[in-house]
Amino acid sequence: MEKRELTCIGCPMGCQITVELENGEVLSVTGNTCKIGENYAKNEVTHPERTVTSTSIVLGGDKPRVSVKTASNIPKDKINAVMKEIDAAVMNAPVHIGDVVVKNVCGTGVDVVATRNVEAI
Amino acid sequence: MLNYDIVIVGGGPAGLAAAVSARNAGVDKILILERDKELGGILNQCIHNGFGLHTFKEELTGPEYAYRFIEKVLDAKIEYKLNTMVMDISEDRVVTAMSREDGMYQIKAGAVILAMGCRERPRGALNIPGYRPAGIFSAGTAQRLVNIEGYMPGREVVILGSGDIGLIMARRMTLEGAKVKVVAELMPYSGGLKRNIVQCLDDFGIPLKLSHTVVDIEGKEHLSAVTIAEVDNHGKPIPGTEERYTCDTLLLSCGLIPENELSRNAGVEMSPITSGPVVNESLETNIPGVFACGNVLHVHDLVDYVSEEADRAGQNAAKFIKGELSENSGAEIEIVATEGARYTVPSTIDIGRMDDKLTVRFRVGAVYKDSYVSVYFDDERVMHNKKRIMAPGEMEQVILLKNKLEEKPDLKKITVKIEAE
Repeated sequence: MEKRELTCIGCPMGCQITVELENGEVLSVTGNTCKIGENYAKNEVTHPERTVTSTSIVLGGDKPRVSVKTASNIPKDKINAVMKEIDAAVMNAPVHIGDVVVKNVCGTGVDVVATRNVEAI
Repeated sequence: MLNYDIVIVGGGPAGLAAAVSARNAGVDKILILERDKELGGILNQCIHNGFGLHTFKEELTGPEYAYRFIEKVLDAKIEYKLNTMVMDISEDRVVTAMSREDGMYQIKAGAVILAMGCRERPRGALNIPGYRPAGIFSAGTAQRLVNIEGYMPGREVVILGSGDIGLIMARRMTLEGAKVKVVAELMPYSGGLKRNIVQCLDDFGIPLKLSHTVVDIEGKEHLSAVTIAEVDNHGKPIPGTEERYTCDTLLLSCGLIPENELSRNAGVEMSPITSGPVVNESLETNIPGVFACGNVLHVHDLVDYVSEEADRAGQNAAKFIKGELSENSGAEIEIVATEGARYTVPSTIDIGRMDDKLTVRFRVGAVYKDSYVSVYFDDERVMHNKKRIMAPGEMEQVILLKNKLEEKPDLKKITVKIEAE
């Protein structure tokens, strides 16, 4: 049996939650004081996900960088791989909010998209 | 001299929302003055997500949130001037501004909305001993360098202060390849959101040391190491607890201070607690026709509340120039924050000028669990709401109803306090 200690992010209480796991199955969640904590803990130990935000290079724009994000959450263990693909991307101005910067980043099925406008100069 | 109905000082989230709401209220000649080269303010460098859950019911990044409002300003053809510094605001609402293109010029404003935002507390205000080498940045300066300019301030980082910007930058610099060695926080609790502690520090194994501060800085030309130590209950370093970290970068995330040089010069009365103007129910300062909103008024936790507050300031400024904001009757009700509540915004109410509902925002001075937010009308307790948790990092609010206040014609004082039971 595996035990995992988590801090709930649902509210400022920050309950210290203990999750007991067996073969990837959640056996018990303790330490939480409401349902939000239980749901958070179950997701966090079975398939933790994060949105990654960063910047990519833009050529010929009124700014040197364009801010980007993964259009939805990606698996937490892919954060570093996603960052590498974002760092390798080079866009040509103009770039607009929602433009795809990296398609299907790291095979996650999620696109990296621009989060601001960079006009061509 | 130029003439405008409303001049808004600052083109960040507060200024943008105030402009849009004043235009929606039918004001024609509005001018936004912004010192940066683009609208949007500090949101442009806050490229992380989590903005706008209240306003738009979705998680946006800072630049996306800003653009929602910039778009409205552009669509409404509201005038704005970039690269423009406001030098002075006079008591009779003459705004003196300066830019490379236009030189120095003056604008007569029907109403002025202060929306200058806030600044980070600098090293000089922190009393950190040691040398003064290069490599020490406020967290927000580092954020601008990394996210806007595309430069890395350094490779080995120590962060003092666990405010949200510091936490966000711990993750940001780690993702860009830096090694963040430790985050030291003077207080026994973090001022940052739990979510940021988990997703910016825990995710990357960055230690957070509570009740710790920087006691030495080494490096003649460039930073080479800092020493941190544990502090006692009075904030004094405890001998023998020192730990030395070699590093080339120290980031400071030690609080935000509203930027009110202009307000002070204009004669605006200031609150020593918020470092922002004292305002009435209309978000109007002691100078008639001068309003304030956003982080220049009091530092907010969420930008959604900035937008909401600025919307009210814009509406009230519109009423003022149309002569619909009735004369201050002089019969003001004072709002007093005490016993755990540090301040309230607004701090006075004139019932004659009050909307049906008034949101009063405040912050608590410590962490309170299972306590009550109580509101007293003079000596009578009229509100007693249990909260599971309140923390200094989060804004709290109570909503006052005009009809309840009208039931008490002799009401002089409203008190907001935190009670254990």
